Amino acid sequence: MDNIAGTKSSLVWAVHLATAALVLLWVLPTIGLLVSSFRDRDQITTSGWWMSLFASEQNIVYRAGAADSQQQEGTLWVIAGNVFDGAGGEVKAFGVNSRAPSEFAPGTEAPMNDGVTGTVAENGDYRLVSPVAFEGRSPRLFVTSVTPPRFTLDNYNRVLFAEGIGRAFLNTMTVTIPATVIPILIAAFAAFALAWMEFPGRALLIATIVGLLVVPLQLSLIPLLKLHNSLGIGKEYVGIWLAHSGFGLPLAIYLLRNYMVGLPREIIESARVDGATDFQIFLKIILPLSFPALASFAIFQFLWTWNDLLVATVFLGNSADQLVMTGLLRELMGSKGGEWEILAASAFVSISVPLIVFFAMQKYLVRGLLAGSVK
Amino acid sequence: MEQLFMAMATIVIGVFGCVAYFFFSNVVLDSIYPPRGPDAGRNIARAALIRPWLFLMPALLLLAAYLVYPLFVSIWLSFMDATGDNFVGLGNYTWLLNDLKFRESLQNNILWLLVVPALSTFFGLIAAALTDRIGWGNFAKAMIFMPMAISFIGAAVIWKFIYDYRGDGQTEVGVLNALWVALGGEAQTWLTVEPANSFLLMIVLVWIQTGFAMVILSAALRGIPEETIEAAILDGASPLQIFARIKVPQIWGTIAVVWTTITITVLKVFDIVLAMTNGQWGTQVLANLMFDWMFRGNDTGRASAVALVIMIMVTPIMIWNIRNARKEMR
Repeated sequence: MDNIAGTKSSLVWAVHLATAALVLLWVLPTIGLLVSSFRDRDQITTSGWWMSLFASEQNIVYRAGAADSQQQEGTLWVIAGNVFDGAGGEVKAFGVNSRAPSEFAPGTEAPMNDGVTGTVAENGDYRLVSPVAFEGRSPRLFVTSVTPPRFTLDNYNRVLFAEGIGRAFLNTMTVTIPATVIPILIAAFAAFALAWMEFPGRALLIATIVGLLVVPLQLSLIPLLKLHNSLGIGKEYVGIWLAHSGFGLPLAIYLLRNYMVGLPREIIESARVDGATDFQIFLKIILPLSFPALASFAIFQFLWTWNDLLVATVFLGNSADQLVMTGLLRELMGSKGGEWEILAASAFVSISVPLIVFFAMQKYLVRGLLAGSVK
Repeated sequence: MEQLFMAMATIVIGVFGCVAYFFFSNVVLDSIYPPRGPDAGRNIARAALIRPWLFLMPALLLLAAYLVYPLFVSIWLSFMDATGDNFVGLGNYTWLLNDLKFRESLQNNILWLLVVPALSTFFGLIAAALTDRIGWGNFAKAMIFMPMAISFIGAAVIWKFIYDYRGDGQTEVGVLNALWVALGGEAQTWLTVEPANSFLLMIVLVWIQTGFAMVILSAALRGIPEETIEAAILDGASPLQIFARIKVPQIWGTIAVVWTTITITVLKVFDIVLAMTNGQWGTQVLANLMFDWMFRGNDTGRASAVALVIMIMVTPIMIWNIRNARKEMR
């Protein structure tokens, strides 16, 4: 339609550019953290993540190997090594004095105190030569170097196996799977009754469910915690499964009822004529036909329970066998506020699963959103 | 690992339990009122009166226990003291009115309510209008929609990194400070700067909610009858005019839906504030205040009173939703 209007090419360009700008704005925050999760701490604290793809220039202060590593070569004493300690890089300049840290070109011989001469090669190999044996603290070298882009998986290694993210991942799965599956079936039966059975009070029930859709969780927390404590499931997985199921039900019933109402009446009527019971109609006709709506709700509930912090904080404990990833992430933000490499990697482990689900099932998610927002 | 087995076992038990309940309750009903024999007609009618309630029973029990019952208990607790043992009348509410932190939270919440739904809907509308016109629109949509899948805590980490502050002449690695310094400013600990910090927190939620607004509004835009647009084109309207005067007025209903849905989310916002500032430096909001009194203050009376204030703010939208839903059903 818009094409018929003879859209000007300048406008088309403006649309492309504006969209690109918007997309960049929305994606860059995530990319920033993703890139940072592959950098080590020194890199994160010395240069912005947007510099990570470029070679970075750094000033290193390197203390040469200790005196006991020296070796005698003829009449001379030598300390040798590599200023990068094998990590790689390229020396642009070096110095032997903090006042002139880039006085010498790589490869040249620099005179130091007490007749010592030092040299640093382009690849970082250094050599200190002295006519007498080295004693005490070894001298410092000042190196201006260029480090190529470098990425590491160490952060992920560390958070998965040392910082408890791996365990929290399992805990989150434990919370999420039953909390997603159980409400679906319960809601499906209720939605069927509300969609295809006539009984007094039906309209009132539907209105109540629409109302319950927006009741803030905050209202339920204290009474339910008291209830769970008195039942002895205050800090148990059973408690959080029930809580998530209860909180998810209004949306589930609402979504499924709206979908089921739209199913063709003839199919259900003819099944009734053929003598099928309501139970059979539900199980053999309604449930399979409602698959898209079931999938939509399943994705919602999965994302919501996986990403939830509030319900997990209230209904589960803080111990290693109950702490979920959002809870752990919150703890890390408090205890390791400055250690971005840990935070970034942990955050990405925790959002990886929802992102995969999101990209794989986007179609159903969109469909559910369209059906679920009260029109 | 064993707890995953436990979870799986729960699923199996839960699913089979449900199916068994529905199956056997139906069998029992049919044996009490058999749909054959001399009284078949009357029996079927009677069973039809009871059967819906069999189907609804588990859902209604859960809803009653987890949403309706707590509502009344919360109202009750809000008139009780910290431990919930002694009646204090309106004590918690008079305390609320005079509490500085509560006033701050209320003000901030109102600010959030003004800013976040407006910006999210605005950006969502723009994104919807733009992405519907280009070939790679679906990719662009997916990218803008993506933050919806990220937890509030994950988003808080992402954005806290953007607002990061190093100072002391070190290189700024947070995007905001890097830009600020590049433009000639002095690096700031942004999250402690009032009142800018509240807006920085709002940006996080706008970033998350824009995708939602975009998806709904994009569907609405595509649903506009083409005749109206054709007529406008024939009358010589420019693309911008068509958008602002023809398309937008036709989707006001959907815009209102998006707006109210985001409003509800805003009223419940909690994780972002908790993780980024924990309500310090003038950024407190109601949901986090409630959490504070519940966990750190250990005062169920005050916490319930704050929760009820949130409920009262949600109520107009709730009524509006119910009225709309009833209109649609007729």
